[in-house]
Order: sequence, then C-alpha cells, then structure tokens
Amino acid sequence: MNNKKIVIIDSNIGNVGSVKRAVNHFGYQAIISNKHEDINSASHLILPGVGSFDEGMKKIHDNQIADVLIEATTIKKTPVLGICLGMHLLATKGYENNKETNGLNIIPGLVKKLKKNSEFKLPHIGWNQIIIKEKNKIFKNILDNTDFYFVHSYEFICEDELNIIGISNYCSEFTSIINQNNVYGVQFHPEKSLDHGLQIIKNFLEI
Amino acid sequence: MLRKRIIPTLLFKDNKLVKGINFNSWRTVGSIMQSVRIYKLRKVDELILLDISATNLGKRIDLDLINEVANECFMPLTFGGGIKTIEDISCILKSGADKVCINTASINNLRFIEEACKIFGSQAIIISVDYKRKGKIIEIWSNSGQVKSNLVFEDYLKELESIGVGEIILTSIDKDGTMDGYDIETITKVNKLLNIPIIASGGAGNFENMLDLIKSTNVSALAAASIYHFTKKTPLDVKKYLKEKKIPVRL
Repeated sequence: MNNKKIVIIDSNIGNVGSVKRAVNHFGYQAIISNKHEDINSASHLILPGVGSFDEGMKKIHDNQIADVLIEATTIKKTPVLGICLGMHLLATKGYENNKETNGLNIIPGLVKKLKKNSEFKLPHIGWNQIIIKEKNKIFKNILDNTDFYFVHSYEFICEDELNIIGISNYCSEFTSIINQNNVYGVQFHPEKSLDHGLQIIKNFLEI
Repeated sequence: MLRKRIIPTLLFKDNKLVKGINFNSWRTVGSIMQSVRIYKLRKVDELILLDISATNLGKRIDLDLINEVANECFMPLTFGGGIKTIEDISCILKSGADKVCINTASINNLRFIEEACKIFGSQAIIISVDYKRKGKIIEIWSNSGQVKSNLVFEDYLKELESIGVGEIILTSIDKDGTMDGYDIETITKVNKLLNIPIIASGGAGNFENMLDLIKSTNVSALAAASIYHFTKKTPLDVKKYLKEKKIPVRL
C-alpha cells in the first residue's frame, strides 16, 4: 500500500484538500503538485478541478504540464482519475464561456452545456443516481443506481460509446462515468459522496 | 433522478451552536463539533455552517474550525459568516469547505461576487438572501438581519443569477425559528423568477411543512435548524417520511 505515490494535480483554486483527505482516509499518502517529476513518478494521478473548461486548460498550460500529463497517461499508462472539470479536461474540446477550447484529448469527446428545459435548473446540483452500463473494476462494491453528489452545468459527450461506463439522468441522459484503458473520468464528486464516493476512490487506487 | 436535498443548518457564535427566532433571542443549543459528528454519522446530504456574529463583530474567519469540520465531512460543506474578500474565500476553500455562503458583502458590493464567481466558479458561491415581507414589499436585510437595504428584491435576485451565482439560500426572517411552515408564496415566486437552484430556509417545524413546500414548488433543497435542535426528528426521519410520499430523496 505504501509504495503507491498518489499525485493530485494542483488546480490552484478550489478545494483540492477534500480529494487529499479522501485518499488519506484509506491510509494512502497523496501529494498535491504540478511538478513534472512528481507527475512522471506517480503511481496514480488525480485530476480534480472546479471552475470553467477554458480556465482549467489555461492553468494546465500556465503550469506547462499538458505534455507530461498526456505522456504519463498514454505512454506510461499511469492510472488517471478526472473528477468533474478534471474529467472534462480529458476531452478533445470544450465549449464553455461561449468559446471553443482544446482539451487534453486523452478520451475523444466534446464538453457541452447540459441539455434541459425550463423546469430544470442549472447548475445540476445534488445527489443523483448512476446507472452502470459496463462492468468495471471502478464499480467494485458499488450497486447500480447508487447516489453520488453532482455539481456541474456541462456534460462530456463521448465520441466512442464504448468509453461510456455509467450514465445519469437530469432532464435527459448524460454520461457520468467514462473509461478508456487506464483513464477514468467521473462527473460527480466522489470525495463528497460519503461512503460510496470513498469506495470509488479506493477502487481507483487499487487499480 | 435528482434528489431533494435535506440540509441541516448549523448557526454559531462564540464557538457555540445557537438558534434564534426571527434572527433574534439566540439560544445556545450545543457544541459545533458534537453536532457535526452526529450529522456525519447520519450521513446527511450536505451541511451548512454559518458564523452569525462574524460580520457584525468584524471577527476573523475561524479556519481551524473549518479544517476540523472538513476532516469529519465527506459530504458537501458550506461555510458562511464574515466573508469580505477573495482571499477570505480562497482560505475557506483551502481549509476544506466546498462552497462559501455570502450575505452582507453581496449586498454591499456585487462586483466582489461577480469576481468570486469568475475565480472560483459558480458552484462555490452561494448567496444567502435574508428577507422580511412588509405587505407587498419584500425587504432585503444584511448583517444577520440587523440592517435593512434599499435593494429591490426581484432586481437583486435577477442580478445575482446574471453574474453567475450558483445557488441562493432564501431565508424568511419572519419565519425563522417559528416552526410554523415555510413562506411558500415567496419561495414559489423566486423559484419561478430564477433558473438557478434555490435552498429554502425558515419555518420548517414538522414533516408536513416540508412536504407542503415541495408539493407547491420545485425547490432544490430544504434547509432547517430548529426542527433538528428542538424536536427528536433527524434529517433521515424527514427523508423517510418524504420517500413514503413519493418524493425523491437519498436514503
């Protein structure tokens, strides 16, 4: 357990501390960092993130970590978990704040505003269920229709449906969990979803 | 399906948990950390922690307390009280809260809120709107119900939405602590006016009050304090009752 090096990418804003607390909860050590050597030597990478797609990518570029993240993910095959905006940044492009921004392009897809009618409020905030589409290690001890805590206005639209392993409903169906080989993305906040959320984090760290 | 959130609000001053009536006659109702631990064990949907004396006494924000609470909370945590600067918000979020709740500073300076939403994202910024009804006029109050503003209720709410605020906690000062039901009329009106989630607060005294509100309007969350402090009812009891009535809640 102790030989794992869990690196949480520092988004500079927001509450990365919650993700660290969740990792520590299982006795794993985690560091919050943007350093190339940490990303390169990580056993597991967590890409948290709150805020907008363009701001999120700007931070990644400001910290000059796009290339090292892509290399760790695609060449080294380091397990990666993107949470909320961190999941979105794995996409090809995002369309937040009325502009097109290139993402990390690790899982092909587009990030667009949730489709809704006037009865549904945005952001989509609160506890909502996930429907498991594909059996996966990330779902160990997680039942279908379990509730997780969501806070978002945008959704990840996968180019390849095979990357969709869980969906949820808010006005219409949207993708809530994606996977491609060693890369995972969750739309909800596992670090804020009580026991089931912690279980998802544990499952990821055991990959 | 998105669940209705049932949120206990913890108000405190001088490190003691308190609850009043109409934002007055505050009574000590227990210790903060003890309550937080109970709510943690009961796996509540979310927690809101508000320091009601911070603004009026010009107190420093108790980051150690936030840190201590966050260590117990693997559920969403909102902190409010005495927030005036971007630096304040940054410190609170870094200490472990997920969202901040702002009242007075929003009434005094909307540009500050606009900037905060841009920097931290809408999801991190909740504005608490405390109001009193005077006939057809709805007055907005700041400083924990001590100072009346000249803002026009509907205009202010629309402006909060347009600058990117993520959620509104709408608290009726008239109803606060009375335990005789939510101000359904005003909550319904605000809910129709805005496209962002509304957390209703003020007046919950029993299960029926909560059901009445949910049946009347599509409110996102129900905050309450007195019902949990002064009766034996817990947020879980509320949710079990609502579930029986076919309301979507997380059990």
